[in-house]
Amino acid sequence: MTTKEYESYYVPAQSKWPIIGAIALFLIAVGAGNYVANLNDPESVGGGWILLAGIALIIYMMFGWFNNVITESMSGKYSHQMDNSFRQGMSWFIFSEVMFFAAFFGALLYARTFSVPWLDGAGNNAATAAILWPDFTATWPLIKTPDGTETTAMGWYGLPLINTILLLTSSITAHFAHVALEQEKRGLLKFWLGLTVVLGITFLYCQGLEYAHGYADEMKLYLDSGIYGNTFYMLTGFHGMHVTLGTIMLLVMFIRVLKGHFTPKNHFAFQAASWYWHFVDVVWVILFVFVYIV
Amino acid sequence: MTTDAINDQPEHDSHDGEHHDHKMTGLKRWLYTTNHKDIGSMYLWFSFIMFLTGGVMALVIRAELFQPGLQIIEPDFFNQMTTVHGLIMVFGAIMPAFTGLANWMLPMMVGAPDMALPRLNNWSFWILPFAFAILLSSFFMESGAPNFGWTFYAPLSTTYSNGSTAFFVFAVHIMGISSIMGAINIVVTIMNMRAPGMTYMKMPLFVWTFFITAYLLIAVMPVLAGTVTMVLTDTYFGTSFFDAAGGGDPVMFQHIFWFFGHPEVYIMILPAFGIVSTTIPAFSRKKLFGYSSMVYATASIAFLSFIVWAHHMFTTGMPLFGELFFMYCTMLIAVPTGVKVFNWAATMWRGSISFETPMLFSIAFVILFTIGGFSGLMLAMTPVDFQYHDTYFVVAHFHYVLVTGALFSIFAGAYYWLPKWTGYMYNDTLSKWHFWCSLISVNLLFFPMHFLGLAGMPRRIPDYALQFADFNKWVSIGGFAFGLSQLIFLVLVIKCVKGGEKAPAKPWDGAEGLEWTVPSPAPYHTFETPPKID
Repeated sequence: MTTKEYESYYVPAQSKWPIIGAIALFLIAVGAGNYVANLNDPESVGGGWILLAGIALIIYMMFGWFNNVITESMSGKYSHQMDNSFRQGMSWFIFSEVMFFAAFFGALLYARTFSVPWLDGAGNNAATAAILWPDFTATWPLIKTPDGTETTAMGWYGLPLINTILLLTSSITAHFAHVALEQEKRGLLKFWLGLTVVLGITFLYCQGLEYAHGYADEMKLYLDSGIYGNTFYMLTGFHGMHVTLGTIMLLVMFIRVLKGHFTPKNHFAFQAASWYWHFVDVVWVILFVFVYIV
Repeated sequence: MTTDAINDQPEHDSHDGEHHDHKMTGLKRWLYTTNHKDIGSMYLWFSFIMFLTGGVMALVIRAELFQPGLQIIEPDFFNQMTTVHGLIMVFGAIMPAFTGLANWMLPMMVGAPDMALPRLNNWSFWILPFAFAILLSSFFMESGAPNFGWTFYAPLSTTYSNGSTAFFVFAVHIMGISSIMGAINIVVTIMNMRAPGMTYMKMPLFVWTFFITAYLLIAVMPVLAGTVTMVLTDTYFGTSFFDAAGGGDPVMFQHIFWFFGHPEVYIMILPAFGIVSTTIPAFSRKKLFGYSSMVYATASIAFLSFIVWAHHMFTTGMPLFGELFFMYCTMLIAVPTGVKVFNWAATMWRGSISFETPMLFSIAFVILFTIGGFSGLMLAMTPVDFQYHDTYFVVAHFHYVLVTGALFSIFAGAYYWLPKWTGYMYNDTLSKWHFWCSLISVNLLFFPMHFLGLAGMPRRIPDYALQFADFNKWVSIGGFAFGLSQLIFLVLVIKCVKGGEKAPAKPWDGAEGLEWTVPSPAPYHTFETPPKID
């Protein structure tokens, strides 16, 4: 391949997977739209099924699409330049994910810095507080909203702290796995990668426990418990979804390692999953500080 | 995941160096394609269809506003028209047209065999028609289409929204995914696929502007996704991000939305700068004046676009420091923009200018976009914005920027590259008709809106006071004339695709760039081996 002056860049021929993915997204959007729009109508069940069909189709697409990519990669079609395209593409994708979380962190900081104190008369809003919300006191976590909904704040010790330790550890084990891969120590690679997956699943289990705890009657911390509950569940929820996705990615990498894939030089997919995992970890640290501690 | 043989994927070894023309036939070619030229064409056709769709909605609005009083449509339907017109023109017409141009031209301009991630490219395109199908389908729902304006301010889009908000939200999610994936492809193509020797500062300015635009897209489209998600949960799941009763704030919506919305404005104009920076030197037969200052000006505008968002919100209310900060930052944008306008004028200065249609649209762009820029400067001043806010002055401003700005640049680009795309010259007489009809009608359409706005006519209303009747009549006549003029373009493009005078590889003698080194029409695959750049 490198006999020529330049490596040639592999341009795949026609592929059916993108259009299948487009139909899948369409089904997901229509299904989710119908489902959400008819939440209060127990008679309506169609939306949920369309949504599930869309999810099934997109999983089918991922299997097919990645199968093509893996086959092409393992048959040596990809040049160094191709590998760079994938790496850069993945980095910018992760950057876009960072900006998605930034929107929700922005909402959290705006509520804490501006909207909640303003409702209690901060700045030049004394009249707002006196006329609209005379009984309201600004606190954070906002355990009593202006319209009187009461809830309890989630402490940072206990489960959240355990989760922080789990996720930080898993980032380190993921890195050890990467080092093992580069040094071609397959046994260590399997051990560290497997451990990372186990830590990820444990994290998700603990988060489930935490949610159950929040929704129990002692805490009454719900998604609709005012801006504290909103930001708490939206941030931890979207983070949890990303952890789930990251765990699945790592699990797929684990299976591929068992099948003997990846070499010390050629392991973009592993690298991407590992980057994604570190990103999820960094988001958690920021989240732990701003949602739980401060 | 097994590594079995794949039967759906025709296998081609692209490293045997031979030339392949694997065009499938029929529908499958377009559904399965990974070719940047096919995908570019689909983007361009899709955006034109959306342009006509959104245009029909604009004509419904202008028909209703032809006279004072309610005559044709109900106020609620009027609101649906303004909302969907805006959404379609922004996300369905202008942005995909630019992406289409990027798809067609970027790989050829940087000497790459295709976009960096060709299958992802197909996906980015094909999810778009589905997104707009969902958005448009809401017209046929019981509740009707979204009616809260394309900016979907809370609580109009939350507490007071109609039943189709969920579909609006998911449609916008898909549009966002499309834009992000498309932008990632553009960034990676430019960073990684340039021909050896093409350093960053040797790239055509067109490539630079798309490069910077793509970064803006990756940075702000996810924020839009976050915004619509909060609208969704506020509407259907009882959260109160934008509701004071739960500790949130409707003003927070505007901050988050415009953090996306202002860079979005530059997403729709920076590529236009790139196009006219290509056409003006070509028809002035001179190098672009101040290439590196153009690059830095584009980058400065992109940077500033992140710290000016609240100039959309002067009347909403914010601390005085905020009003001042956003006013001064906004005015600062006039500096790099002025650099650009100066450079275009300086490029033409003492050039050997000829007035082919792409040049006519480019010159019109420079003048009319500058008018839009100046009215923007007026709007940037906090105290006077208190008068202009939400009047037809604002409507005039952003239509000068988006129609005579972005759209005219797209026409300039389309005429400039049509010979390269189709292999035929377009019909010159028709193109002149298209230009002059568009130019006259667009000014009749948008210029009187300045006066209407200054006199106090509010935007987004189906009825108005009698004193505004005369101007509105002329505006509506201009609107219909402008709409009909675009059909000339449709006929012209269809004729050009079908045949005409054969185009040489380089039909414009002042044109520069790698795209003119390949034959017209450009072969299905170009630059499978990278060209040498000195």
